[in-house]
Amino acid sequence: MIKNAIAVGVAAASIAGFSGIAHAGKDLDAIKARGSLICGVGTGTAGFGLADSQGKWTGLDVDVCRAVAAAIFGDSEKVKYVPTTAQQRFTALQSGEVDMLSRTTTYTLTRDTALGFDFPGINYYDGQGFMVNKKLGVKSAKELNGATICVSPGTTTELNLADYFRANKLSFKPVVIEKADEIRAAFFSGRCDVYTTDASSLYSVRAANVPAPQKADDFIILPEIISKEPLGPVVRHGDNQLADIVRWAHFAMLEAEEYGINSKNVDQMLKSEDPVIKRILGVTPGMGKALGVDEKWVVNIVKQVGNYGESFERNVGMGSVLKIERGLNKLWTKGGLQYAPPIR
Amino acid sequence: MTDLAQSGDAPRPKMSPPADQTGIVGWLKRNLFSSWGNSLTTIVLIACVVWIIDWFIDWGLVNATFVAANGPECGKNAGACWALIGEKYRYIFFGSFPYEQHWRPLFACIAMLAMLLASADRRMWNWRLLVIWSVGSFVTFLLMFGELRFPLTIFLIVGLVVGGVGMGLRAGIASPREMLTYRVLAIVGGVGLAGRIAGVIPAWGLEINAFSYVETGLWGGLPVTMILATYGLVFAFPYGILLALGRRSNLPLIKGLCVGFIELIRGVPLISLLIMASVMLPLFLPTGSNIDKFLRALVAVIFFAGAYIAEIIRGGLQSLPKGQFEAADAMGLNYVQSTTLIVLPQALRVVIPPLINTFIGFFKDTSLVLIIGIFDFLNTANQALVDPNWAGFPGEVYLFAAAIYFIFCYSMSRYSKYLEIELNKGTRR
Amino acid sequence: MAVEAVRATSDTKVAPWNDPVIRGWVFQIVVVGLVAALAWYLVSNTLENLARQKIATGFDFLGREAGFAIGDTMIAYSPADTYARAIWVGILNTLRVAVIGIILTTFLGTIIGIGRLSPNWLLARICAIYVEIFRNVPLLLWLFLIYKLVSEAFPGPRQAIRMMGDTVFLSNRGLYFPVPIAAPIHKWMGVGLIVGIVGAWALHRWATARQARTGEPFPSILAGFGIVLAAPFLVWLLGGAPSAMSWPALKGFNFEGGTVIQPEFAALLLGLVLYTSAFVAEIVRSGILALHKGQSEAAAAIGLSRGQSMRLVLLPQALRVIVPPMTSTYLNITKNSSLAIAIGYPDLVASINVTINQTGQAIENILIIMAAYLTVSLSISAFMNWYNKQIALKER
Repeated sequence: MIKNAIAVGVAAASIAGFSGIAHAGKDLDAIKARGSLICGVGTGTAGFGLADSQGKWTGLDVDVCRAVAAAIFGDSEKVKYVPTTAQQRFTALQSGEVDMLSRTTTYTLTRDTALGFDFPGINYYDGQGFMVNKKLGVKSAKELNGATICVSPGTTTELNLADYFRANKLSFKPVVIEKADEIRAAFFSGRCDVYTTDASSLYSVRAANVPAPQKADDFIILPEIISKEPLGPVVRHGDNQLADIVRWAHFAMLEAEEYGINSKNVDQMLKSEDPVIKRILGVTPGMGKALGVDEKWVVNIVKQVGNYGESFERNVGMGSVLKIERGLNKLWTKGGLQYAPPIR
Repeated sequence: MTDLAQSGDAPRPKMSPPADQTGIVGWLKRNLFSSWGNSLTTIVLIACVVWIIDWFIDWGLVNATFVAANGPECGKNAGACWALIGEKYRYIFFGSFPYEQHWRPLFACIAMLAMLLASADRRMWNWRLLVIWSVGSFVTFLLMFGELRFPLTIFLIVGLVVGGVGMGLRAGIASPREMLTYRVLAIVGGVGLAGRIAGVIPAWGLEINAFSYVETGLWGGLPVTMILATYGLVFAFPYGILLALGRRSNLPLIKGLCVGFIELIRGVPLISLLIMASVMLPLFLPTGSNIDKFLRALVAVIFFAGAYIAEIIRGGLQSLPKGQFEAADAMGLNYVQSTTLIVLPQALRVVIPPLINTFIGFFKDTSLVLIIGIFDFLNTANQALVDPNWAGFPGEVYLFAAAIYFIFCYSMSRYSKYLEIELNKGTRR
Repeated sequence: MAVEAVRATSDTKVAPWNDPVIRGWVFQIVVVGLVAALAWYLVSNTLENLARQKIATGFDFLGREAGFAIGDTMIAYSPADTYARAIWVGILNTLRVAVIGIILTTFLGTIIGIGRLSPNWLLARICAIYVEIFRNVPLLLWLFLIYKLVSEAFPGPRQAIRMMGDTVFLSNRGLYFPVPIAAPIHKWMGVGLIVGIVGAWALHRWATARQARTGEPFPSILAGFGIVLAAPFLVWLLGGAPSAMSWPALKGFNFEGGTVIQPEFAALLLGLVLYTSAFVAEIVRSGILALHKGQSEAAAAIGLSRGQSMRLVLLPQALRVIVPPMTSTYLNITKNSSLAIAIGYPDLVASINVTINQTGQAIENILIIMAAYLTVSLSISAFMNWYNKQIALKER
């Protein structure tokens, strides 16, 4: 009663029009009631999550949000994107400001446990790398002794960097600025010799953020990858059904690629006689019901978002400005790590 | 006249003062070349000033580029790249507000400016102020949000507060009919609120949908700075008054609470409060509830401003002679009446100039919200530098932003000076 | 009626709801109760949220390995040290910029404040323009501007500007200059410095007393400076004058050896000093203007020069007006140094920010920030109040 009274007081104090206090029950129910998924994305990493001038978001991580929305609502556009900084993302998720995060977040033990999150899947196997100016003539990270290194705080990047240099008995000077834009500006102005972050972001920055007189070719990304950075979407502890949908939305994209289903041929595939494809596409019902979504969920995902391979090529692969090799992110059948459990 | 001139002292022709004492020469001699040291200082300073102005004209006008397609083209001349401002000024002023709707934040800024200018006129310092601010705020937020929703609860609370305050303030002064109005307001508000809490009355609200809805996450630039500074201070004002009165109170518990709160807030940097608001506030609220990021920043600014305003108002309260309090008591006024009718009007009059200076301070300090990722004016200016096509001209953008801040703050500080003199006219001997 | 009321309070018992004492207590209990209810509400929510999200609580993390590096440290620190030490490094960095900032601001601000009152019209104008420009633009903007200029205007380390015969280097990595290699004698030189300061103070006391007695002035300020400088120098000579220096030299990517003023520190300090000295100038000016005009006229009448009258007559009296607002200006410098986070100087807030991210324990860390700043603020206030008492008008 008292709590209720105070809550009303607080609600009234929050000015009309601000979103105020919205009591959410279970996360998935809240999403359905709201009619849209609120997805926490990055503040702008080309290829992974970036809004164009019309405010339309694209990228590999954005595609996860779209796939989840396609699974829940049958419409990949029913997503509201909330840009979060590396600093604020966990608070945003913990507090319920967003339903899920999909913004190059590394899966680690403490985040899975102490912070109270679940990592339903890994949509990009990454590792931390180094970018340097070609003029320095550096060929390997082992030559970086004494270098000044630009690094953003609030990430595992900072810890990996310190660990790597300690392990190799090298020294370095960090320059730490919170905002990604500022730290990049510091690097490109020559304040640092090296810029370190996940290799995927390095490619993205090199493709899209090099300031004008300098060119992308002036910078090289060193071959060493000093850490494992399995990046994936994140949800809160507490609603396993939402976690399941996020997990299987990702797996569905992998399964679709593995069985040759893509956005172009999905309608023909509906007529396939292959029992596995029939199960995946919901021609043989049961999978959607088990997950608590429409039986056509995979069809919706593949039609609107594409399979994993399509999403990769379009956003970060050879079909994009980033031109990242598929590498570890090949399907397991092609020698990579992307492996989906069977949909059955 | 003529007689006097003829007799008496020999008429001396009126002589003008020596040539080097009057006119421009005299002024120069007195103010710039009164001694050797002074002359030397003047000459050195003139050289410096000429050098700086010369450099600035070269850089900012002669060699500057006013039209260019992109950064490298703009950087060809050695001077400033004002084309960058031309390219980015709309983003700097209005941030990511939907581009084709930029007229909305523009008019919102004009509405707020008009509101502030109107409040600067002393003839408006009465009930008109309430009208100006109600209308101004309504227009501002309607333009910014596009749609407004007033829950019933707000009306009920307003009713309860107006009724309660009226009953307390006008007791024994107002006509019976006026008193009745207050009682009815208070009863309706109180009963209605109780009904809302118990859940008897549904969550009705008044909705106005004028334009398309724009969430606070997309707000940016000058309107954000103005809203944070203005409304941060407006909301902090009543609560600063309460804190100041609490600190002056002779009730030990109340005094202790207020002193502790004021000193705690004033002892820590605004950044720590902003970080607290952005990281910890979500933890304080019930599970699953969620406050807008913009509102969180506003809450931090209000908390911060309240403590500073309280100290200023305390200064005003202390400047009142004791006789005023005693006279109010002798009149048989109760605490609320003596405070609101006798003490506060006099105390507030004294503190208006320092309050404006506080407002200037907050207008500048709101720039700190960029650290928690809100796009205020400085942040949008900063973001304009990020575009890789236009990299390398930080000076131009910061100079532009500095000029805008300067115009606002300087004019406010002039107004504060003017007001100080105006308000002291009555007490000057 | 009033008479009746007075009589009523004097000899009959007032109804309890009309007794101001009882009313006061009831009101207080209600308010405290409301505050307590709100606090309970917030705390219970917080505990619920923490438990639900399985966020660890307590200060155990302070003893764990921090694992992150810090770019600018006053004490030895490596990523293998604890969070507690990382935070301590941050506190020291905050104190360093605050203390140096306060000293420089006081000097610059006083000069500009006096400059505004100069009989030289041009000088007064320029000082006034300085004050208006700097205090009407946000500090954060100055910091950004200065930092961008510093990091973009200076060349890289390999093209560094060389000065003083290749011993001092200026580049976008900072200003490198040689320092003596640490020797045991340095500790004793510190002791010598303290002895020198005490000696200078004693000399000043003696000189003041003598001047009061005999009227003979003694150049105690000059002599004092001499003693302060001479004492450590003598110790150094006695210690065998160890002159080994650490010279900066380009090695690999950066300069090594010597010591460095990093661009982040320089930008923060410069921004703080330029911005705050505009406020100090105003305080000094209004302090001097608050004095009666007769003071400066009397000083001129007894033949004191402008400098003398400023130093001996005006400033000492103006100090009484100046010190209280100066205290809050000093507090502002300390608090504003937290803007370091925007330009990457590793101060307390920066250390805490990283710690919050690594540990997820926001509440404990924010408590540490607040406790640290409150301690510093209260110490500065206490010192300035003590100083204010020292210079207060002693009425005889």
